[in-house]
Amino acid sequence: MIAWSIRRLVQACFVVLAMTVIVFVGVHVIGNPVDILISPEADQAERARIISNLGLDQPLWRQYGYFLYDALHGDLGRSFVFNEPALKLIAQRMPATLELAVTAVLFAMFLGVPLGLYAGLKPDGFLGRAIMAGSILGFSLPSFWVGLMLIMVFAVQLGWLPSTGRGQTETLFGVPWSFLTVDGLRHMLMPAVNLALFNISLVLRLTRAGVRETLPMDFVKFARAKGLSPARVIFVHVLKNIMIPVVTVLGLELGSTIAFIAFAVVTESVFAWPGMGKLIIDSINVLDRPVIVAYLMMIVLLFVAINLVVDILYMLLDPRVRLERKS
Amino acid sequence: MSATIAREETPFRRFVSEFAASRLALLGLVVFVVIALLAIFASLIAPQNPYDLAQLDIMDGRLPPGSKSMVGYTYILGTDDQGRDMFSGMLYGLRISLAVGVGSALFAAVVGTSLGLLAAWLGGRADSAIMRLVDLQLSFPSILVALMILAMLGKGVMNVLLALVIVEWAYYARNVRATAMVERQREYIEAAECLALPRWRIMFRHLLPNCLPPLIVIATQQVARAIALEATLSFLGLGVPITEPSLGLLIANGYQYMLSGKYWISFYPGIALLVTIMSINLVGDQLRDVLNPRLQR
Repeated sequence: MIAWSIRRLVQACFVVLAMTVIVFVGVHVIGNPVDILISPEADQAERARIISNLGLDQPLWRQYGYFLYDALHGDLGRSFVFNEPALKLIAQRMPATLELAVTAVLFAMFLGVPLGLYAGLKPDGFLGRAIMAGSILGFSLPSFWVGLMLIMVFAVQLGWLPSTGRGQTETLFGVPWSFLTVDGLRHMLMPAVNLALFNISLVLRLTRAGVRETLPMDFVKFARAKGLSPARVIFVHVLKNIMIPVVTVLGLELGSTIAFIAFAVVTESVFAWPGMGKLIIDSINVLDRPVIVAYLMMIVLLFVAINLVVDILYMLLDPRVRLERKS
Repeated sequence: MSATIAREETPFRRFVSEFAASRLALLGLVVFVVIALLAIFASLIAPQNPYDLAQLDIMDGRLPPGSKSMVGYTYILGTDDQGRDMFSGMLYGLRISLAVGVGSALFAAVVGTSLGLLAAWLGGRADSAIMRLVDLQLSFPSILVALMILAMLGKGVMNVLLALVIVEWAYYARNVRATAMVERQREYIEAAECLALPRWRIMFRHLLPNCLPPLIVIATQQVARAIALEATLSFLGLGVPITEPSLGLLIANGYQYMLSGKYWISFYPGIALLVTIMSINLVGDQLRDVLNPRLQR
């Protein structure tokens, strides 16, 4: 068990190392940042000075060596554009993405479960069918399109909600948050719904399937026969049982929850939400290499770590997986 | 007599009649065929060549649907900021979106199927190496993988195609391997091995055709996914270049004007994208039900 975990850990380290090479070499294949960063009026000497300042005159393998050495010391380079440490830039943007992602997870739970419950209890009713049809849309529509439609309807046509930005923020622990002000919450509503759409559909379908499976079971019949109120049967007896797969999906498989950060790239671009996703898109457009590399490395590290934890948790929790691994 | 012969049930006929049992799927197929024809014959149908700058008049920019141009032509879906006819632009954009979607799905199918078959056939180290790679890739969300590749390679139709192939091959490989592992144990493969047929022949002539049904289902779903992903990437400004706008880029172009109420520049390409994706999904869902052996009636 421990030996297996260590082997898995070593594997994960190799994956991260391989990804650093791929990302670093890959990012250096694209255009020359010198052309973008140095004004055309600069003379030869100044050009050379800036290039050597940025370390761009070194051979690629040496640049990679420096990069790796610095990365291990917690330094992923300075942004060419902002002239600030790339990691600091990303850290500054992280709270915005984080609060959006957390709100989206809450939406997925508190919209997905009730909707799924209703669709499971009344599978043939009009509303039940409508909810299921809606969930198919939630799976298959590109999220940027849904975001645009939300803006068009609620911001442009109806004028109920602000279209873009974070709104007024309130500082807590030295970090500005949007969820502490009414204006910030109004700004957050549409992006959060947009971000949650896929997971609302997922939770909804899991809940519905669970309800449909659980309702004909004996313990439900027994609870009813005991004379418990229908509300108590549904909310205590049925709901408790179906929460296991739902919590497994949203909780144990953290990957799907953290994937919000990846999907946030799209949502943040649509709603001009100043988070990490918007930063990476802007950085790609101006070829701000250190930020691109730092962002990609952080995401790789995050996903590899999550996969590692999930694998080990599965091993601990499920003896069948353990046996399979042994054979 | 001849009538009864004509009505004899072949596997293909059964497949067709089962597929047609769902009106919705049939509608999806019809819509998709119409869309595909519109895209293929875009240059014949479109009233204007949106790539030919000589035909554009900047004075006609951002006209609402139904307005007349300077020379008396009616823009049925309005114009964009460059004075391009939206309808023509959408037809050409549809062509790029479909070409990238279908093309990447086909390439990925070839790569993924070959590797999946190889993994199932060789087993052992080759199998675990290929599957490890598949696992690794599928543990990242596809939008992120595509984003990484395009961040490295830069914009361009070929780069998007490559990114989509890299994103998609793993789905084919995993599914084909799973099917092939089951099919390998069957008697007909044993019989072919007893006949001492060459291995490549068994693999491609005996094993592959029997792995096709699930492959077709995945391919359909992947086309829809690829089109959505391409549109997303182009919307983010990482996909196709501005000179060859796909539906996603058309939507992105109109986005800034939407806030000032000029909805049509984004809205109609968005509807086209939506209808395309939904029609493919309808066909895909029905194919999945018809080709799934567990649901065989």
